[in-house]
Amino acid sequence: MEPVSLPHRMWREDCYGQRDGSGPGFDMFDEMRGNGGAGAAVRPAYTALSDWLGEIKPDVLDFRRREAELLFRRIGITFAVHGDPEAQERLIPFDVIPRILSAPEWDILQRGLEQRVKAINAYIKDVYHRREILKAGIVPEDLVFQNPVFRPEMNGQKVPHDIYVHVAGIDIVRVDAETFYVLEDNARTPSGVSYMLENREIMLRLFPELFSRYRIAPVENYPDELLQTLKSVAPPTAAADPTVVLLTPGVYNSAYYEHSFLADKLGVELVEGRDLVAKDDVMYMRTTEGLKRVDVIYRRIDDDFLDPLVFRPDSALGVPGLMSAYQAGNVTLANAVGTGIADDKAVYSYMPQIVKFYLGEEPLLKNVPTWRCREAEHLSYVLDKIEELVVKEVHGSGGYGMLIGPKADKATIAAFRAKLKSDPKNFIAQPTLALSTCPTCVDEGIAPRHVDLRPFVLCGSDRVRIVPGGLTRVALKKGSLVVNSSQGGGTKDTWVLDS
Amino acid sequence: MLSRTADNLYWLARYVERAEYLARILDTTLRLTALPLAYVGETNEWETAVATAGCANAFFAAHDEANEETVTEFLAFSQTNPSSIRNCFESARLNARSVRTALTIEMWDTINGAWLELKKWGNGPSSREEFARFLRWVLESSLRFDGSAYRTMLRNDAYWFSRLGVYMERADNTARILDVKYHLLLPPIEQVGGPLDYFQWSSILRSVSALTAYHWVYRENVKPWLVADLLMLKDEMPRSLANCYENLVQNLDRIAQAYGRQGPAQRQARAVRARLENSRIDEIFQTGLHEFIGDFIEDNNRLGTAVAQQYLM
Repeated sequence: MEPVSLPHRMWREDCYGQRDGSGPGFDMFDEMRGNGGAGAAVRPAYTALSDWLGEIKPDVLDFRRREAELLFRRIGITFAVHGDPEAQERLIPFDVIPRILSAPEWDILQRGLEQRVKAINAYIKDVYHRREILKAGIVPEDLVFQNPVFRPEMNGQKVPHDIYVHVAGIDIVRVDAETFYVLEDNARTPSGVSYMLENREIMLRLFPELFSRYRIAPVENYPDELLQTLKSVAPPTAAADPTVVLLTPGVYNSAYYEHSFLADKLGVELVEGRDLVAKDDVMYMRTTEGLKRVDVIYRRIDDDFLDPLVFRPDSALGVPGLMSAYQAGNVTLANAVGTGIADDKAVYSYMPQIVKFYLGEEPLLKNVPTWRCREAEHLSYVLDKIEELVVKEVHGSGGYGMLIGPKADKATIAAFRAKLKSDPKNFIAQPTLALSTCPTCVDEGIAPRHVDLRPFVLCGSDRVRIVPGGLTRVALKKGSLVVNSSQGGGTKDTWVLDS
Repeated sequence: MLSRTADNLYWLARYVERAEYLARILDTTLRLTALPLAYVGETNEWETAVATAGCANAFFAAHDEANEETVTEFLAFSQTNPSSIRNCFESARLNARSVRTALTIEMWDTINGAWLELKKWGNGPSSREEFARFLRWVLESSLRFDGSAYRTMLRNDAYWFSRLGVYMERADNTARILDVKYHLLLPPIEQVGGPLDYFQWSSILRSVSALTAYHWVYRENVKPWLVADLLMLKDEMPRSLANCYENLVQNLDRIAQAYGRQGPAQRQARAVRARLENSRIDEIFQTGLHEFIGDFIEDNNRLGTAVAQQYLM
């Protein structure tokens, strides 16, 4: 690791683009400097951070960076897979410079997120019951019924308090001071919240003096909020203090450490499929004191693997009879079965209409303009402008199966054109967004790198809870827009300032 | 507590204890084979080591001859022998990973550290010195694990199940040594107290780290019936059958108390303890040492099954 360069060298011209507009990144919004580039005034939320970055000696910062990595290995990774051949890729790089959101910015996000998740829940309920939105012709039927994640088992199925998505991770990007876009909804089993919690713990340990300059909303109550949310949706037949468990696919799953971390923080049992047993449509776990009834299952395992009697018969991860107990209303699954119909990239483009349809409100959070290649007009536009667009597979995730037009070579573009023509339904296209950047420690010094944000929205029977903050992911490679950890992305602590 | 969690904790402790036991057997065998034949007799000590480790059948399925090379490979480093030291650490860590949150940081660090360290040893040591260092390292890892469990774990069912694993494994190991070597402890047919027997007896004591203890307890030179007495009936000897059962009864009682229910496991453990308490070593010799040990091993297995059925499944 090279030493961090001095503050006056921090804002390098090549990182920031040329002022005449020809270079890459002109017009790019920086979380700290706004649209003005290296010389611009620091935005108010970042003033104290900027001062602190100016004061801290490069070797001190460098030392703390190393310390952070050591701590992360110890707290974060040692309880999972430290030393495994695959462990290296799971040690997601952590950047010590926080990403800061002001109170008014968070206020917009919070209201927008709550609205969006309410609409998602209303949409899923509608699709599995009255199907009004399909009858109204707003969402095309085949988008639902031909979607492999549509679950006919859920047709007409009641779920407690009509809540399907109890934990949502909504990916947000920012393009300028006022505009946040939702990039993706994650309504199945979103992960990453352990990073949100651990990043804050590590920052508090390493930089107490930086925290003394700010008043930052805490995130440490997330496990508590999650537990309350889960208990609030227990089936009506459950005891007054319902038993919650976290269902994991097991130690070989890449997110296993997050599962064990959360179970530990929640104070609930971390169960595998073989620990559970269904009897007379009631779920039990095998304990040293005999069978114990389970009321709410926070499952971190996909629909496909839940119950071999109903879904994939070869699944050894699930529990035979679980679906039957679920359908009898004796156990709550969080999230519900079949929520995938609300979060793929094709239905995403209908989200603004979905919000309006169910809530009668204008969406507070915008969607990225999206061309659906399933529609002929859109397809011809996309084929025409492919060099300027980002093309994504409808069911793809993790940054795979994606074309970034301006960065792709001719052969790749030609290959994507062919794919688009042969299977247009499988693709959507979006403009290349100028994602906001945030100052980040890299080998050359401190430089702007692109970031996104995944806040976690908890939906209980009593209310919606959103811990202020979320997981900020950062693309550590210069100019890269891909923040996924599988593609060299890192994480940052996310601060929401007290008003 | 989840049955699987209890099961993982129990087996985690058993595997660590077994690794230590194997290291002790190998260490003792190395010492014996370094002595002139006149002192230890014509027996093949490497074959005895395999028998004491309880894996003679598997060994001879894979090897024709028991010698230093084949036995150290099989008992310490083999990938195919499920009970090799290597695989004991592998299984211990896998169990530990599944119950990561039930362990303290110190316990996890010890197990994970041992597992990482083991990788450095590759397929075996290049010299006897290195091998001796390896065996010492195994003993230290086991001590560290035991110590970190003792000093850092909450005293609840997680701790008690982990202790059950330690004492079940320990009782089994001590009984195996006696089972394989009992003939050396029987009344001599030829000369009494000859050098041959002395080194065999002291090696039995050494394999359960009881040589010094013996002298403190009896203040006598090494005599076979006293060796048997120490390993079987002496409460104060940490690896004796009596001590193991004292601890098994205690830990099972704590579990029963916490859960408010006694069961077959508690009754079985108490019955075995009573039998050990009411036995005298001269009577055991009269009625048959070998039969006594054989019965004990069966009883001990019965307790293992009872614990599994009552709590771990």
